Amino acid sequence: MTQVVVTVMPRAGVLDPQGQAVRGALGQLGFADVGEVRIGKRIELDLPGDDPRATARAMCEQLLANALIEDYTVELAE
Amino acid sequence: MSVAVVRFPGSLDHDSARRAVEALGATAVEAWHADDELPAGTDAVLIPGGFSYGDHLRCGAIASRSHIMGAVRRHADAGGRVLGICNGFQVLCESGLLPGALRRNATLSFVCRQVDLEVADADTPWTGGRPHGALQSIPIKNNAGAWFGAPDAARPVLRYHAANPLGSVDSIAGSTNAAGNVMGLMPHPEEACDPLLGSVDGELVIGGLLS
Repeated sequence: MTQVVVTVMPRAGVLDPQGQAVRGALGQLGFADVGEVRIGKRIELDLPGDDPRATARAMCEQLLANALIEDYTVELAE
Repeated sequence: MSVAVVRFPGSLDHDSARRAVEALGATAVEAWHADDELPAGTDAVLIPGGFSYGDHLRCGAIASRSHIMGAVRRHADAGGRVLGICNGFQVLCESGLLPGALRRNATLSFVCRQVDLEVADADTPWTGGRPHGALQSIPIKNNAGAWFGAPDAARPVLRYHAANPLGSVDSIAGSTNAAGNVMGLMPHPEEACDPLLGSVDGELVIGGLLS
């Protein structure tokens, strides 16, 4: 098994209301001048086979990410 | 007429959908998510609201890959009518049967209230022949109902009137596919089919399954 980490983020230009809410809360806590805050998902997968990176990419295309609103990256875990 | 009402784990509005279909004189039968085929004799398909599969990953994402959706796709490809309401709209977008995606409401909150919708396209079965701009009063109740996509990829049937309560692109409340036989909307027409509920305008949308 190889551990693969998939990161799914809202695409640039797509409004991220969750990130905006957190940015507002950070401001209330005194963290002034925070720029953009964007929130996504980290998905850890234990995958079999010789090319777990390709497997993870296929999973992203078919289910894990919605290409219309999300981008993803695939990395092998350290 | 027999309408298959699809039920996933976490479906919520299948009973009110069934009542709305039966009030219009049709028969409603349940289509279970794990089945590979729609019930025999199905004329049209209704995917009701709810929180299928707990809204995990993305709203409608897991339901859209379930067994029954293969049969729904074949039904749609053959020209059969399909109506997705709220979570059903999310499922249809996630499955690719309708363009776009539904995102978290711009208000950051669950929105539950009556809204006015206006007919954006009078040439589909889904607005009962009402003219362009005609108003319908139907409730919304959702957390992720902001339609997102390229406006020219959609065929909007209903738009929010005056205000855009969820932050949809182009104020889109409901859209069909290019052919017009598959329809999805975030508002709940099945909750506007009885004078006791304050509006019967939802019958026009539900009636699109039966015409």
